[in-house]
Order: sequence, then structure tokens, then C-alpha cells
Amino acid sequence: MDKKIRVLVAKPGLDGHDRGAKVVARALRDAGMEVIYTGLHQTADMIVETAIQEDVDVIGLSLLSGAHMTLFIDVAKLLKKNDINDVLVVGGGIIPEQDIPKLKKAGIAGVFGPGTHCDEIVDFIKKNVKR
Amino acid sequence: MNELISGVLRGDPRSVARLITYVENQSEKTSEFMKQIHSHTGKAQIIGITGVMGSGKSTLICELTRKYREQGKSVGIIAIDPTSPFSGGALLGDRVRMMELAMDKDVFIRSMGTRGVLGGLTSAVYDVVEILDASKKDIIIIETVGVGQAEVDVVKIADTTIVVLVPGLGDSIQTIKAGVMEIADIFVVNKADNPKVEQTIAEIQSLVDISCFDKERKIPIVKTIAKQGDGIGEMIGEIEKHRKYLDETKTFEMQRRLRYEAELVEIIKKQLMSMIFDEETLKKKIDTLLNKIYSKEIDPYTASEEILGKILK
Repeated sequence: MDKKIRVLVAKPGLDGHDRGAKVVARALRDAGMEVIYTGLHQTADMIVETAIQEDVDVIGLSLLSGAHMTLFIDVAKLLKKNDINDVLVVGGGIIPEQDIPKLKKAGIAGVFGPGTHCDEIVDFIKKNVKR
Repeated sequence: MNELISGVLRGDPRSVARLITYVENQSEKTSEFMKQIHSHTGKAQIIGITGVMGSGKSTLICELTRKYREQGKSVGIIAIDPTSPFSGGALLGDRVRMMELAMDKDVFIRSMGTRGVLGGLTSAVYDVVEILDASKKDIIIIETVGVGQAEVDVVKIADTTIVVLVPGLGDSIQTIKAGVMEIADIFVVNKADNPKVEQTIAEIQSLVDISCFDKERKIPIVKTIAKQGDGIGEMIGEIEKHRKYLDETKTFEMQRRLRYEAELVEIIKKQLMSMIFDEETLKKKIDTLLNKIYSKEIDPYTASEEILGKILK
């Protein structure tokens, strides 16, 4: 059986900056993963629906606008509502230190701020992927 | 009936998505599931779309899907992008141009990497087409980057194959692999607001004139500007005409039979391969044979006959 980790890299909300998301997407690809990129300005509904159709193992959310406490948590809630428990959710962007515990509690398993090494994200995903 | 299968037949996206994952991973459960699917297939119309990178295939498919949805037809899309042969990873970005379809319950989009496993892609795509067909999608669109043999094989699954070109690529038409030009049932020249469009059409036309001069059906060339939705109606019209032509000339039945033949051969190949490479005793046998081939004790043909003899006995 040739299992590959599939990752959805998504940009929720009104944020036009996707350089970081693209760098991470490339790093994950180079680590042997299949990366599906959504493009900008996605709603939580669109992200979850895409994750379902693509049957991904991981959702990576990227946001630099400051709305992560709303939008990241919306995605996590929507996954729960749809009874999806086997998808690992991680997030990155400009995220203040004090928000991280709250995000983790809401179901964002890993939070990666500026300066994070790509290898760190790859390792985290490989270690924590749920199926 | 199995819960997953009844989900697929109901068109439940999670069941469809999960079964496709099994197929892609060549999970052992796959063949059992696929056996239960086949009798529920055969109704969908299958369209293959291929073309050079950046020709606007994904945007075109998005517009095409929108038109089909206006007609009340449900659509399944398989978007295939190359897997890196070095890392085994893939960046699947076709969805970016199709996100407006994300919330439509009657559209199912799946991105696939070519992965490059033995006989993998083609046979996986056969299965995914069957799954989408069984989930009652009226139209199934397969998108590939038209660069190599694997893509040509994949597009052969389609009832109608569309090759997308763009103006201003100079001698692009000559440089495109011969096979890719030959599989076209319809040519689409996208980005037709480019001033070089007429020249490109003339080039394709001369190619069509040569290849179709003794045939009753001339391959049509459609101009589109996908970003504005221009020419999409005409494109659908040509797809319908081609479908009618297939029916009238009884080619449709023959084409489907050829598809099943190719599918069967792929499955036999895959199962033979796994018989040879999955069994421990045979693996050891192969190792010893390899040593003998290296030392010129025997030749590869004799070795192959020995291995096959062991299986068929």
C-alpha cells in the first residue's frame, strides 16, 4: 500500500498575502506530500467542503490579517459539526503568542509563526497525522 | 450492502472521496469495492481535456461546468497534475481556478498526482471514473497536462477528447507531441482575444485538413475566452455533436469496449505485478535470477519465463 499524506493549504478570509502559504506548500511537496492549494479568499465552508472531496489528511491554514481567532476556529468547528475527526489541522501566519493556547484548545493542533523552519512543519505533520 | 458503497451510489461526497483514496493508495480493499460498483456505471458522459501548461484548461473547465449546471447536469472533475519523480510529492493547483464550484453539491472535484507507480495512474483513473459514474454524475471531466504518453493514455478513457491550445506560441503546434494532436476530437483555441489567434487557427486548420482529408468527420476548432465565458456554449455544442456522431456511426459502443479492454489489461498487469513482487518466495527467486542474469548464466527472457511459469502453474 502506497499511502501518501495529502494536505490542503488554504487561505481563509480577506487576506491577499500567500507567499508564506506557497513556500510551505512547496516544502511539503518536496517532503513527498500531495499538496492541494485553494487560492485566496476562502470561506470556512469552502475549505471544509474541499477537504472532504479531496479526502485530505491535513488542513494547513494561513492568515496574516489578524482574523485567525475567528476563521481558524470556524474551520475547526465546522469539521466537528461534520463529524470529521481524522483530519489534522495546523495554522500559520502573524499570530500573537497569547492566542496560541486558545487556538490549540479549539483544535488547531500546531501553530507556526514567522521564522518557523519548514522542516519543523514537515516533521510535525509526519508525527501527528491521524491516519 | 457495504456502507461505503451505498454512500457512493447515493452520491455522498465523503464516501466517494474515501473510495477514491483507497484506489489511489492501491489499498487491498479496492478490488472488492470496485467489483460492487461496476454494474451501476455506464450512464455518464466522459470528456477528456488536455493541453499545454497555462493554456487555461482549469478556467475553461470551470466555465464548462457552470454551463452544464445551468442545464441541470451534475459534474465530476478529475484534475491530474504531475507528481515529482524526485520527491514523490505534488502540488495540485487546478482547484484555484475552480473554487467558485466548491459549494455546489452537484459538483465533485478531485485532484490527483500522477504518482508514477507501476501501471498506477491509468488504472487509478479508470477506477475514479467508475466511482464518479456510479455516484450518478452526468458529466465526468478528466483534465491532464498534455505532455506525455501517460496523459495520452488517460485521455483515451474519454468519449470525447478536447485539446486546448493558445495563440502566439509560435511553432507550438509542431512541438506538441504527435500523439497529443492526434487524439483530439475537438480543438479549442483559448485566450482568443490575442491578436495572433487567426494565425494559430490557420495552423491547426492545415493540420486538420491533412489528417481528416479522407474522413467524413472534420475536427472542429472552437475559439474561446474562458475568463469571460466566451465560446463555451459553442464548445458544449461541439461536444454534443461529437457524441451524436459516435452514436450514429456506432463508434460509441466500440469505443467503450476498447476502454474496457484497456482497463482489463491494466488490471491484469497490476495483479500480475503484485503477484510477482508481493510474494516472499518469488522475491527471493527473482534475486537469485538477477544474479544469474548478471553473471550471464541465463538471459532475462528465460528468467521471465521461469517466473511466469511459477505463477501460472
